[in-house]
Amino acid sequence: MSDFLLELRSEEIPARMQAVARTELARLFRREMDAAGITVAEPLVYSGPRRLALIARDLPDRTEAVREEAKGPPEGAPDSALDGFCRKNGVTREQLELREVKGRATWFAVSERPGRETRDVLGAAIPNIIRDFSWPKSMRWGAASISTESIRWVRPLSGLVALLGEEIVPCTVADIVAGAATVGHRFHHPGPITIGGAHDYVEKLRACQVIVDHEERALLIREGARSVAAQAGLQLVEDDGLVTENAGLTEWPTPLLGFFDETFLDVPAEVIQLTARVNQKYFVCEDAGGKLASAFICTANIEAADGGAAIVDGNRRVLAARLADARFFWEQDRRKTLAQHAEGLARITFHEKLGTLADKVERVAKLAEWLASEGIVPRCDPALARQAAELCKADLVTEMVGEFPELQGVMGGYYARAEGLPDAVADAIRDHYKPVGQGDEVPTAPVTVAVSLADKLDTLGRFFAADLLPTGSKDPFALRRAALALLALVTTGRLRVSYRRLLEEAGAAATYDALGPFLIDRLKVQQREAGVRHDLIDAVFACEKEDGGNEDDLVRLLARVNALQSYIETPDGQNLLAAYKRAANILKKEGWSAPSGKGEALNTQGIARTGEEDPLALVDDPDLGPALRAAARERRANRLSYTPEPDEDALIDALDAAEPKAEAAVAAEDFEGAMQALASLRAPIDRFFDNVTVNDPDQDKRAARLDLLARFRDAVAKVADFSRIEG
Amino acid sequence: MTRNPATSFQEMILALHDFWSRQGCLILQPYDMRMGAGTFHTATTLRALGPEPWNAAFVQPCRRPTDGRYGENPNRLQHYYQYQVILKPSPPDIQDLYLRSLEVIGIDPLKHDIRFVEDDWESPTLGAWGLGWEVWCDGMEVTQFTYFQQMGGFDCKPVAGELTYGLERLAMYIQGVDNVYDLAFNDRGVTYGDVYLENERQMSKWNFEVADTAALFELFARAEAECRNALAADVPIAAYEQAVEASHVFNLLQARGVISVQERASYMGRVRDLARSSCEAYAAKMTPQWQQACPGWTL
Repeated sequence: MSDFLLELRSEEIPARMQAVARTELARLFRREMDAAGITVAEPLVYSGPRRLALIARDLPDRTEAVREEAKGPPEGAPDSALDGFCRKNGVTREQLELREVKGRATWFAVSERPGRETRDVLGAAIPNIIRDFSWPKSMRWGAASISTESIRWVRPLSGLVALLGEEIVPCTVADIVAGAATVGHRFHHPGPITIGGAHDYVEKLRACQVIVDHEERALLIREGARSVAAQAGLQLVEDDGLVTENAGLTEWPTPLLGFFDETFLDVPAEVIQLTARVNQKYFVCEDAGGKLASAFICTANIEAADGGAAIVDGNRRVLAARLADARFFWEQDRRKTLAQHAEGLARITFHEKLGTLADKVERVAKLAEWLASEGIVPRCDPALARQAAELCKADLVTEMVGEFPELQGVMGGYYARAEGLPDAVADAIRDHYKPVGQGDEVPTAPVTVAVSLADKLDTLGRFFAADLLPTGSKDPFALRRAALALLALVTTGRLRVSYRRLLEEAGAAATYDALGPFLIDRLKVQQREAGVRHDLIDAVFACEKEDGGNEDDLVRLLARVNALQSYIETPDGQNLLAAYKRAANILKKEGWSAPSGKGEALNTQGIARTGEEDPLALVDDPDLGPALRAAARERRANRLSYTPEPDEDALIDALDAAEPKAEAAVAAEDFEGAMQALASLRAPIDRFFDNVTVNDPDQDKRAARLDLLARFRDAVAKVADFSRIEG
Repeated sequence: MTRNPATSFQEMILALHDFWSRQGCLILQPYDMRMGAGTFHTATTLRALGPEPWNAAFVQPCRRPTDGRYGENPNRLQHYYQYQVILKPSPPDIQDLYLRSLEVIGIDPLKHDIRFVEDDWESPTLGAWGLGWEVWCDGMEVTQFTYFQQMGGFDCKPVAGELTYGLERLAMYIQGVDNVYDLAFNDRGVTYGDVYLENERQMSKWNFEVADTAALFELFARAEAECRNALAADVPIAAYEQAVEASHVFNLLQARGVISVQERASYMGRVRDLARSSCEAYAAKMTPQWQQACPGWTL
């Protein structure tokens, strides 16, 4: 047993690609080992700017010999079959053996794969790993690139270490011969270092100012940054993304703290933080009061002789120039009002089929005002909603947002406040992009909700109306995100409105059929985290409304789903569901849909007497629902021609009591009440199944009992379409 | 001969010339046309095509009309200098060579934090792209380092390495100066401002306010027509010059603010067509010669 060390050295690997590269290296290594029949534990994989490394423990010194037998065609099979079999197994016809199988002479191919030295397996595997490695972007380089077939890597590959135990694994990739020598830190230790094996790799490199383990570097950066901040009496503003990025840019990370000119603190904190983060990859700090401090922390890659004084000074000057630019934008942008900036939106195309941003803003303003004046967003001043909407995109044409697109909204909020607009307007401008994705804060301030909702509604309605729909994994206009945001706004704010009405007002009524199911799908995604079952959403959505459409008041829909879920997950609910399915199955088996003697029109449409049609499909046809119910009601008025059994009677009584209760509760949106009404059917239906024979030889009894089951099924289905519930 | 590149802008350039000359580079002169970047120099674009080795270094003045600030911004100029090195094929020790060149101009990598930060390069105008980095010195971008993968829509066979130093930035850094106009141009008291401040004022005014836009539109159309004319006569280098001209005139029109967002894309498309057609024609014309020098090579 020996440990294996592989180091792939290259010029600087982009920080953002290193995590994926680790996964890729482990995957390809395992693939190669699997193919050779070597069982390995999960390898350790390290990444840094100049090297990827893999350590696999306890590899056997040899692979085991494998004997494989394959059964082929019988004796006398055509030549072509025999040749094909030989080809498949990599043997010649002479090597085939003839054996008896169940009294019949049959050809067998027997191949012996002798055990191989693991070293040789690895030597063959390394070039495969490098060849098949998938980088987001890769390149060619050097003299060999005179052919486009030359090796590709993320940046030029410069060296290979491959050691099994302490022995070099012989292999060559594109003129690079694997060996035991690597290099240390680019500046602190440029000369070669000889590695003994997996056991001393990490420590030998540490001695040469290279920390191989990316996680260790991340920890050093996080703790180092905290500590230099604390020494200055400040608190680090934590930023995990920045930690990872700096860990990907350094081999010997050294956090250093510097200060910038305090006068820059006039510029909004977000701007300073973003300037420092995006352009310079610096951390920022806060003072004890939580206010942004005039300090930055850069992560150097060397331990400078002067303690980093020159580095800090250089970085301070770069940051000062950046902040001076930012301050220039901040001052420049405020020379115009947001309304003046907004004029520039007429020059920006929103989408070639959907006009300019100015057009969109006008639509959003109209919608936001409507949402407020109709009371759909309660306690919202329509004039403020319109004003905020008219200005909400104005910052897109400011210099600052041109420089930092991430600050869209945020800057508009600052500029609005600076020109003395009402807080509600400034807040709405700032927050109207929210929520951005699941887990983002959902606005609740009325003006903000109106503008944000109007914005999403317009985007969804217009793109759907222009038939620019998301397909598969492609969603170039982020419509799924817009739908999630819309749902979050509606459900968090408990906004009572049918989306049919919203779409009509957004001028996209025609998209109702496409957008409804799209929203319901998004709703399932949104509710998954809250633990709401997707099948229950379907069951309620499918439940037909009085006006014949689907349930499209999302707040009501969710309330109903929640009530259904709490009930259906009780033993009582499970039993009722089982009873429903049993009833539906019996009805289906008996081909029983139309109430007896009535609804000839339905019978002529062929209720499944032939066993070919799906009777339930017909029953579930929404057009037939009202007819069925009317017929059932009429029949109920007729006396039964026989004396019902007690448990039959009890079920009729229970239905008589439960049906109006459930119906009234649904109408009053008391869905718990509706569930309770259903729950009262559970015991009677169970006893009915236990004690009453549905399939009675007496045709009248059989018909009446099937009708009763149909009635039970329909009563339940008014609360939710139980046929869509799983389990 | 000992130079002290920290003392002046010109000493720094001479130190770079010395260094790259000793590495076997041709020391070329600037291209005598107005252009937005050193990459437009034919020593970079056209020479990146074809199989023959090519190593050159030169200073290229760059014109970015929209970056003019009337001499009032300490960092931004409408006219500045790039130092370009092109090494084809890219040598295996190109990073080390580059770092040694920094030491030559006085940047000690054990005192200053030198970093290679991902920055890929793409020029749709030239049908070109490459992978590489921006090189940071204490957080400041001082060089663009690119391995050309395609040029003029053709795979680079072999790949060239391109280094583009921002000379003013580097000099400001080395001299410890916060305002570009305060840079020592030589070591006898002449500053960068003495040489260029008035130019920046006048040229900013001309770029933004004065240039006759009707004449510029006409110039653009003429360059476009002349490019086609040169292509038809199979003199692609002349055609390429006209593409460079059209590109600069387009930049001037942008600075004058007379090209709308919608038109912008169409103008860029026209420049791209000219540049690409010129590169294609150049490659087609040179291929027999390249194949003679390098049997078996294909475009």
